Amino acid sequence: MLANERIHATDTLAEADRLMTVCNSCRYCEGLCAVFPAMEMRRSFADGDLNYLANLCHGCGACYHDCQFSPPHEFDVNVPRTLAVARADSYRAFAWPRAFAPLFDRNGLAVSLIAALGVAGFILAFAAWHDRDVLFGTHLDAGAFYALMPHNAMALLFGGVFLYAMVAVGMGLRAFWNDIGEPAATLVAPKPLWQAINDAGRLRYLDGGGVGCMNESDKPDDNRRFYHHCTFYGFMLCFAATCVATLYHYLLGREAPYPIYDLPVLLGTAGGVGLLIGPAGLLAAKLRRERILVDEARLGMDVAFLVMLFLTSLTGLTLLAFRESAAMGLLLAVHLGVVFALFFTMPYGKFVHGLYRFAALVRYAREMARHGDDAAA
Amino acid sequence: MAARENGAESGPRGPYDVLVIGGGNAALCAAISASRDGARVLVLEAAPRFYRGGNTRHTRNMRCAHDTATEILTGPYTEDEFFDDLLRVTGGQTDEELARHMIHESKDMLNWIVEQGVRFQPSLGGTLSLGRTNSFFLGGGRSMLNELYRTAEGLGVEVAYDSEVVALDIDDGTFRAATVRRGDALVRIEARALVAAAGGFEANIDWLKEGWGEVAENFLIRGTPYNRGTVLKMLMAAGVETIGDPTQCHAVAIDARAPKFDGGIITRLDCVVFGIVVNNRCERFYDEGEDIWPKRYAIWGRLVAAQPDQIAYIIFDARSLELFMPSLFPPISGASIAELAGKLGLDAEKLTATVEGFNAAVQPGTFDDKTLDDCRTVGLSPPKTHWARRIETAPFYAYPVRPGITFTYLATRIDREARMRMADGRPARNMFAAGEIMAGNVLGRGYAAGIGMTIGSVFGRIAGREAASNARQ
Ligand SMILES: Cc1cc2nc3c(=O)[nH]c(=O)nc-3n(C[C@H](O)[C@H](O)[C@H](O)COP(=O)(O)OP(=O)(O)OC[C@H]3O[C@@H](n4cnc5c(N)ncnc54)[C@H](O)[C@@H]3O)c2cc1C
Repeated sequence: MLANERIHATDTLAEADRLMTVCNSCRYCEGLCAVFPAMEMRRSFADGDLNYLANLCHGCGACYHDCQFSPPHEFDVNVPRTLAVARADSYRAFAWPRAFAPLFDRNGLAVSLIAALGVAGFILAFAAWHDRDVLFGTHLDAGAFYALMPHNAMALLFGGVFLYAMVAVGMGLRAFWNDIGEPAATLVAPKPLWQAINDAGRLRYLDGGGVGCMNESDKPDDNRRFYHHCTFYGFMLCFAATCVATLYHYLLGREAPYPIYDLPVLLGTAGGVGLLIGPAGLLAAKLRRERILVDEARLGMDVAFLVMLFLTSLTGLTLLAFRESAAMGLLLAVHLGVVFALFFTMPYGKFVHGLYRFAALVRYAREMARHGDDAAA
Repeated sequence: MAARENGAESGPRGPYDVLVIGGGNAALCAAISASRDGARVLVLEAAPRFYRGGNTRHTRNMRCAHDTATEILTGPYTEDEFFDDLLRVTGGQTDEELARHMIHESKDMLNWIVEQGVRFQPSLGGTLSLGRTNSFFLGGGRSMLNELYRTAEGLGVEVAYDSEVVALDIDDGTFRAATVRRGDALVRIEARALVAAAGGFEANIDWLKEGWGEVAENFLIRGTPYNRGTVLKMLMAAGVETIGDPTQCHAVAIDARAPKFDGGIITRLDCVVFGIVVNNRCERFYDEGEDIWPKRYAIWGRLVAAQPDQIAYIIFDARSLELFMPSLFPPISGASIAELAGKLGLDAEKLTATVEGFNAAVQPGTFDDKTLDDCRTVGLSPPKTHWARRIETAPFYAYPVRPGITFTYLATRIDREARMRMADGRPARNMFAAGEIMAGNVLGRGYAAGIGMTIGSVFGRIAGREAASNARQ
């Protein structure tokens, strides 16, 4: 039952094409999310179209349980899993530089190794640079952290790796955007951008068309959206904390650590709590997810990113709790090591899903507006 | 509960107030309504859990009367208009009292079914012509069913899958018990009232042959393989009155490459109006442009069934390729009509002659697929009265089609309370019917899109209520 004999880059894309041909002949799921209306605007599916649709899919699972043709039916329609595989394939295909693409192959292992190296590196460096009494001393004043690592060195190292991550992710995004064949101008058109910010910010399409995710069974719930909000907004709060602290440092000349009632600590703590609850909840949901929906081969990638976020928060909060003790030096090294690894692996892990999906949502908003104009004309 | 759903270890244990046979829309509406009226209800579904709700799994919408536009319906659809539509499609072969009763009750169905958890959306892409009359299920029929099952189970309705009813104990219009096959075991289950909602007999090729003859061998069954009409046959044997003609059914022309059973909606083809349709002798046999497609699609199953070997070919050219909803299988194509004929196994000379004859008869006109346009043939028999354009732009395309049977109409006779009537004219004491199994009361022939679900929901709700009340007596 090969509906299409077009040539595709991978078997997964060929399967995605077959499924979209089935779905486009049915269309019962068009009210569930963005994928199916986007599909309906097309009659045939090139690789770029399929990569776009795959990244538009939030994996809520509703279309699997609503489908009269899902397995064991002979049509064997499993859209969530097929698109999940295609999605993860696309992360690898668009990785920059190309030489690092294999990091996606055994991503869990790669990320763990890089994280371990990061932590070990900081501990060794701290130990090499400092006497025992500095490393295991108690530092109470402003600038206490910089007793262990000069601020400028820290800023340079982390600014550098962050910049690198942003460039690498940006290059990936560029490749994705070219592949799906959308003009660059769409990414800066205010209306689609605003729509996408809204849709992404609310995770509008992670709700099975209104009832919630069908993750563990055909019984919907809204847990994944809740935990994802904790994670995303937790991450943003932590990011905000870092930005405020940077401003404090350079504009006000105030050095970390800050008092616990001060803005960077408040933001960081709130964000940190989100980054504990969120990733833990998402991880639990991932492990309980019906196996038939899961891209088993990429489980490591999903888990690695969640664990890294969780560890970033855990080590940060631990540092906060014990920053006035003799353990501070070691805790700082561990935290910095984890954060460094998080940044460095961002372009080579699950982090990129957010950007590609956001870009896909921008394009979707643009397409829908255009489609609406056509229909009205 | 879980064990009950899955296997035969801990089967259902009576006594029940209401036994519902079937697991589709009609059955679940009956079970929910009986349960809401306080009855202890058991649902027996022959299919495994995944295939529960036979044909309902494949549906997308239902037709209900409403006096004003709603969020999802673009305008009012009055009871009178609904009835007029029904009269027209059935050619008057409907029980007017029952039909008007159903249409009246359909109004409240839009509320009631939503209260049971079913969600609606505006009409699907490519089906705009139904936006005023039909409410579409968000996520389709299986999603709708999932909600009904969740609601029913929440109310305490027991559901047993893999549980085919193989015998009924009926004594002089009084139901006593059903025999169920569960694994290797036969189990007798007693109940105070029965709701039969086990569908038609469309998947029973032997029974279809009784009416149609050998040609039924070539029919494709669009929906569930589980609707074999066994319950209908047992009821007939127990003296229940029937209504309707066993050859009447909803039949459309679907892609001949579709599986024998359960291919569902995606094998349908909406391109007849854009081309010509020939049989395997390369002869046209009906006006392809008689009326807009939503009003004509349901006659093509019977038309193709009347052709030699029950097969036909829709032939069109490149200009029409993207004018209709995509379908599962790609069209067969050829650079010339002769090449296309070769791929279809048709006589190339004959097909070329038929196409040329058609092309020569096409009159100039302004093509418009949204209206009954003026593109027609002259001097051709049968004529093509609208959308006739020359088939001349390569590549040329074809879809092979066969009759696709949706569901049969032969029915148990019922009254306003959905109570079965016995052949001697007396009402059955405690037996009710809903859905396909009684569709023939309303549908003597013909079809109006979305009415299958209306019949199931409305009479299901009534049957459940009446069965519960009956069980209390
Ligand atoms: C492809 C397709 C699309 C359709 N689209 C629409 C649409 O959009 N709108 C519309 O109104 N109608 C549509 N129909 C028609 C519609 O499906 C039916 O009219 C409606 O679902 C009938 O509901 P029901 O509950 O009577 O039967 P079903 O939903 O078929 O349920 C009957 C059940 O009885 C069970 N059963 C049978 N025999 C036994 C037994 N001996 N013991 C126990 N259980 C048994 C079967 O397993 C089955 O689950 C469509 C049909 C098809 C095939």
